[in-house]
Amino acid sequence: MPDFSFIFAQSISGLTAAMFLFLIAAGLSLIFGVLRVLNFAHGTFYMLGAYAAFQFMQWLGPGRGRFWLAALGAAAAIALLGGLVERFLFRHLYGAEELYQLLFTYALVLVLGDAAKMLWGTQQKSVSAPPELGGKALSLFGATIPYYNLFIILLGPVIALGFWLTLQRTRAGRFIRAAALDRETLGALGVNVDALYTWVFVLASFLGGLGGALISPMRATTPGMDTEIIVEAFVVVVIGGLGSFWGTFFGALIYGQVLSFGILFFPRFSIFAVFALMAAVLILRPWGLLGRPLK
Amino acid sequence: MRAPWELALLAAALLVPALGSRFYTFLANDVLIWALFATSLNLLVGYTGLVSFGHAAYFGIGAYTTGLLMKKLSLPFLIAFPAAGVLAGGFALLFGFFCVRLTRIYFAMLTLAFAQIVWAICFKWNEVTGGEQGMPEIPYPSLDWMGRLPLVGGLRTSDHFYLVTVVLVALCLWVLRRVVGSPFGRMLTTIRENAERAEFIGVNVRRYELAAFVLAGAFAGLAGGLFGIFNRGVFPDFAYWTKSSEVLIMTLLGGMGTFYGPALGALALILLNQQIVSYTEYWPFVLGTILIVLLFVFPGGLAGAAGTALRRLRRAA
Repeated sequence: MPDFSFIFAQSISGLTAAMFLFLIAAGLSLIFGVLRVLNFAHGTFYMLGAYAAFQFMQWLGPGRGRFWLAALGAAAAIALLGGLVERFLFRHLYGAEELYQLLFTYALVLVLGDAAKMLWGTQQKSVSAPPELGGKALSLFGATIPYYNLFIILLGPVIALGFWLTLQRTRAGRFIRAAALDRETLGALGVNVDALYTWVFVLASFLGGLGGALISPMRATTPGMDTEIIVEAFVVVVIGGLGSFWGTFFGALIYGQVLSFGILFFPRFSIFAVFALMAAVLILRPWGLLGRPLK
Repeated sequence: MRAPWELALLAAALLVPALGSRFYTFLANDVLIWALFATSLNLLVGYTGLVSFGHAAYFGIGAYTTGLLMKKLSLPFLIAFPAAGVLAGGFALLFGFFCVRLTRIYFAMLTLAFAQIVWAICFKWNEVTGGEQGMPEIPYPSLDWMGRLPLVGGLRTSDHFYLVTVVLVALCLWVLRRVVGSPFGRMLTTIRENAERAEFIGVNVRRYELAAFVLAGAFAGLAGGLFGIFNRGVFPDFAYWTKSSEVLIMTLLGGMGTFYGPALGALALILLNQQIVSYTEYWPFVLGTILIVLLFVFPGGLAGAAGTALRRLRRAA
């Protein structure tokens, strides 16, 4: 049996992974909750966020605080891209069959993924961690936790809470929740639902882009990270419950721990364990652990 | 009236090696296998109205079955090929049992989860599947007897395998065609149109859906078995989710409302790929763009567009 500090380190690494997954899956879940479409391109937005962060770092050159500027700039750029895609393309498919909407988002995966290859090549890109957090680590219970991971672990719940409060307490948030329930009635009450959908896409893409930008100092940015992460995000939203906010958070936590401890105990079959968990949830509780059955 | 052009097509397919080009035979072989794979998916998506995101699982299972039996156990193709269909069908029965209990997005997600499980196993079970490296050097079936036949005797082994593929794919398509046209097939269409009504008239919807799922899986497995040999190797990405979407695209591109639509989609996509890759390495970009245009301009797919054009011509005449 491994000692406590090892288990602790393992659970912390699972927690870090969970926070990234939450950032990605939250946007996916938001779009599904409101528009009832699984956006395959969401993983691509995440990848583009990482590339954009790299690009902004290049442009900004050396200087203090440039990582934070680059990360925010990248998230904003991806948010803009998401808004444009919704406004000029996706919008026209709302009346179409579900399958066509899904294939459209998959076509975006192909086009944007290849566009990233054209722009940045197939060589992996890496971004150095911000000097304020890089290279330093905290020792806790015999485990070493880099400051950057600690920052991510703290940032995750902050974003979750902020996002949740926005949905619960603000006017825009109430409209988003209403749109998820009944689009027609909301429109009849005089709310501009079209604009609302665009904003949902902008917000979701912002979160996806931010996730990509923030992971770039930890993992090298490579083509193919989009198709990998999107399936992981699917697992998260399915475990927690499609369209359920806290379900997504919870699902990400579970995923992180299963992956992290799966590697420890069954090094070869940890990916297997994750998908088996997804299948088990779908079989026993298709609407997820915290979700509610869809009509 | 329908048979003659199908027979003519079969004859034309059999004549491809006579062109003497290794490349044309290779392309035709690729098209045929994918045509079978896409047609098997269409039984689910087009005829039964079940959108599977994990059809590659059965293709992969079939490919690994035939590959393992022929390479590791040196069993003859005559056993290894049907085994691909049987095993893929068996897994489709197991997975489908759970999948058909769900609807729409949940159905799609569960098929995806099962397919990723298959992929994860192929990817990591090094001792049996060769893991990430896959299983190269799958032998060709021993087709020495073809060398003694008149006409085809002088052809290459790959040409012999191509002829076997033509006959087997034609047989599979014929069976699928019979299935679709049978009362069973009609019932699948009824379920697609209105599952609730089908239930009211006393149809066990789940059982029909499961039967369609198993059939689709079995034929995908047969396609996979052929593909492993054709490709001279079996790799985990045969079962990865992007393969499932590739075949879904073929089905949609060709038009899922028609029997031969998906086969047409396979033909169009593979030929287009061959053309494009000689100009640019960015094939996915081109494919994605085509797909977007298609979604906005011809939602009925190629077969649908052709049908509309044909009707317009007739009206004009």
